[in-house]
Amino acid sequence: MKSIVRRVLGQPALALAICISAPLGAAPSGETAASPAPPAPAAYPSTYRPRAEADTAIVNASILTATGVRIDNGTILMSGGRIVAVGKDVPVPAGARSIDGTGKWVTPGIIDSHSHLGVFPAPGVAGHADGNENIDPYTANVWAEHSVWPQDPVFTKARAGGVTSLLVLPGSANLFGGRGVTLKNVPAVTVAQMKFPGAPYTLKMACGENPKGRYGSRGRAPATRMGNVAGFRRSWIDAAEYARKWDTYDRKRAKGDAAEAPKRELALETLAGVLKGEILTQNHCYRADEMAVMIDVGHEFGYRTAAFHHAVEAYKIADLLAAEGTCVATWATRWGFKMEAFDAIEENAAILAARGVCVAIHSDEQGLIQRLNVETAVALAAGRRAGIAIPQEEAIKWITLNPARIMGVADRTGSLEPGKMADVVLWSRNPFSVYAVAEKVFIDGALMHDTSDPGSIYRSDFELGQPVGAQ
Amino acid sequence: MKFGPLSLVLAGLAGLACSTATQAQTFAITNAHILSPGPIGEVERGTIVVRDGKISAAGANVALPDGITIVDARGGYVTPGLIAVNTALGLVEVNSVSGTMDARTSSTRISAAFDVQYGLNPASTLLPVARLGGITRAVVMPDYDDSNKEREALFAGKAALISLGEGPDILFRAGAGMVLELGEDGAARLGGSRGSEFVQLRELFASLRKTWTTDNNWGLSEADHRALAPVVSGAMPLVVVVRRAADIRQVLSLARDFRLKLILSGAEEGWQVADAIAAMKVPVLLNPTSNIPSSFDQIGASLRNAAILKAAGVDIAISGNDAGHRVRDMRYNAGLAVSRGLPQAAGLEAITLAPARIFGVANLVGSIEPGKLADLVIWDGDPLEPLSGPVAVYVDGKAQPMQSRATLLGQRYGKQ
Repeated sequence: MKSIVRRVLGQPALALAICISAPLGAAPSGETAASPAPPAPAAYPSTYRPRAEADTAIVNASILTATGVRIDNGTILMSGGRIVAVGKDVPVPAGARSIDGTGKWVTPGIIDSHSHLGVFPAPGVAGHADGNENIDPYTANVWAEHSVWPQDPVFTKARAGGVTSLLVLPGSANLFGGRGVTLKNVPAVTVAQMKFPGAPYTLKMACGENPKGRYGSRGRAPATRMGNVAGFRRSWIDAAEYARKWDTYDRKRAKGDAAEAPKRELALETLAGVLKGEILTQNHCYRADEMAVMIDVGHEFGYRTAAFHHAVEAYKIADLLAAEGTCVATWATRWGFKMEAFDAIEENAAILAARGVCVAIHSDEQGLIQRLNVETAVALAAGRRAGIAIPQEEAIKWITLNPARIMGVADRTGSLEPGKMADVVLWSRNPFSVYAVAEKVFIDGALMHDTSDPGSIYRSDFELGQPVGAQ
Repeated sequence: MKFGPLSLVLAGLAGLACSTATQAQTFAITNAHILSPGPIGEVERGTIVVRDGKISAAGANVALPDGITIVDARGGYVTPGLIAVNTALGLVEVNSVSGTMDARTSSTRISAAFDVQYGLNPASTLLPVARLGGITRAVVMPDYDDSNKEREALFAGKAALISLGEGPDILFRAGAGMVLELGEDGAARLGGSRGSEFVQLRELFASLRKTWTTDNNWGLSEADHRALAPVVSGAMPLVVVVRRAADIRQVLSLARDFRLKLILSGAEEGWQVADAIAAMKVPVLLNPTSNIPSSFDQIGASLRNAAILKAAGVDIAISGNDAGHRVRDMRYNAGLAVSRGLPQAAGLEAITLAPARIFGVANLVGSIEPGKLADLVIWDGDPLEPLSGPVAVYVDGKAQPMQSRATLLGQRYGKQ
């Protein structure tokens, strides 16, 4: 296991590069040529273990691979937790469990690149509200994984919607909300048992109304958007200085000179990780003008934004985002709940995809995470009405491969390709239909949700002995 | 869609005999795949004749009046306009901008007398957005302003029905219901406990049978007392927002004791007491996707709530995902309920005829039937599917503009 962790730890920069180069082959701007980081000592390591399961084949299904193709009457073969083969003429080995997919559809496991499950769990009572350390706008020191409650009953509901991996982020009250954590959506007692092995860390940042409103109303900075940006810049200046101190120390040590290690500062450690390209920034930002400013902040300090989240006005700066290689994680149906969400349009994702931006449909909520396929269908249809014809073979990437890119795990999951994790959903019908139900959900080849066996569906500890609803 | 050449001629002559509006409201939709609750049901190749804004004929074998303007649906589905429930349409623009929020009051002198009809804004940008989701009428409900913690507010106030047709006056029916929230949030406004909440309610309904005096008021102003008269007489429905099964039983018992005309709203745990709700013929307004145990009032919230209630014989109306901007999601929610066992026809009925029936306007809207207002939608596919959408929307027979602020933004920036 240790060797696997090591191997994947070395890859986040590669995963980021995939995200950057995929759209239109846009040239990275060169600001943050992220070099692979040396394997960090595994603090807070993942203890996730795929559940061992028999080799499984789904045969005669319509398969959307999220590589841009659809295979009709296809077979997908899973073995040892990996996808072994996908295609029309895949022989099913003797002894493998064979599932008839006639009339059904197969997609990669659904991936949500913006969730608060576990940190804002259900029931939503004060005792559970662990997603916003909102007593200070600069909390890059906190880690969402230290808040995640694995018994949040919504994990199971998300799995019933086909979700196999998710990025759990701190809230958006602060300029720096803290580190996010990438999870495999499996029942667990500890968060370590859910942590996606080797996924890079991410840093949640927030622009706009939330931080300035939260703190301005308390008579402290930031109170304006310019205050937000000043706060970011001051922090990056501190982070750069911190990184220099450690570089100096590392150089001296490498030469064999005596040197005293600087004191670790948790917040600056995270920000310095961003400047070194080891930690991916996930920036909550709604307005086009504000995203453009944040891109300039990145240029000033030498980091690249992995993705703008919510980004409801991204369609206004599609070409800029494509040129920067910055992804967008957004909705189709949510709008108007605050001023910076007033210009949201349903065809945001379609316009971005047509201009070569890597785009994902995310949830940010407990309802939508259960039906990201329906939200994607809304986005797809809005695009078609606006004259942008995007095939389903592409749109399925919005909730599979592209969120995996945003999270830096696209080399391991997000599409149905041999060698990748066997994160697979069998749908009762075309997944862009409102009537589609995720009948079987496989995570690393293990059947983790099965509507044909309701008794097998996991109930969280919280739900035991309570009159919980039928699924 | 094509318009016959005659329509141009008529438009030119409009000023002579009758108003332009009247002319525009007389036409026929042909080649329509009619889907409607009510006697007409499904007609694969039907015709709908609209005269002066009302449906005059509909079915498979309908004679076209001479010279009538033709709208060819080209085989597309045609349904009644959708009717949204549990909305604040016309009362909200941007949730975080309190000046644009007219659905609630913090007044200590007004609760039951609060009336949404005076805040309706026909220019709201939310109306065209909802209309592009096929919605032609909506029930607009008040809710609560809890900023004043001292305020003991029992009732949210009076609901109204609105039309989503373009025009200066969107009020369709005032006084469509009296809204009251119970459960955890309701109890918090009345002493923090159900024990005080239900006692106060019962005392209050008893007091309403007598004249209002400063000694007999139960915290209500004289205006509130007056506003509740039609509720006591059973003329105005009492819409109770309630979630927990035990609370639903209490409300049913209250309604039985005081002979109230009850409508349940929310009712996440309604499936656990479906037979009791059905036995009292109480209808339910619900969001079938509300399956999160988000409070201890709805630990039993289930995606199958709609299907179970309907199977028990309860009349259900399906809402969108919020009161304003996401009202348009209601047709997907109906589809999601169908995916969990609600019959297909019941899914459509829950967003058309059922809400009309529940709010007492089924004689005017909710289905495609001669004599009803011509609220019609032509779709490019299954109306419950997100991949489909309306291609034409009519309110009172008037074709509505197929644009919103959002579509204009898309056109401005979406071009390559």
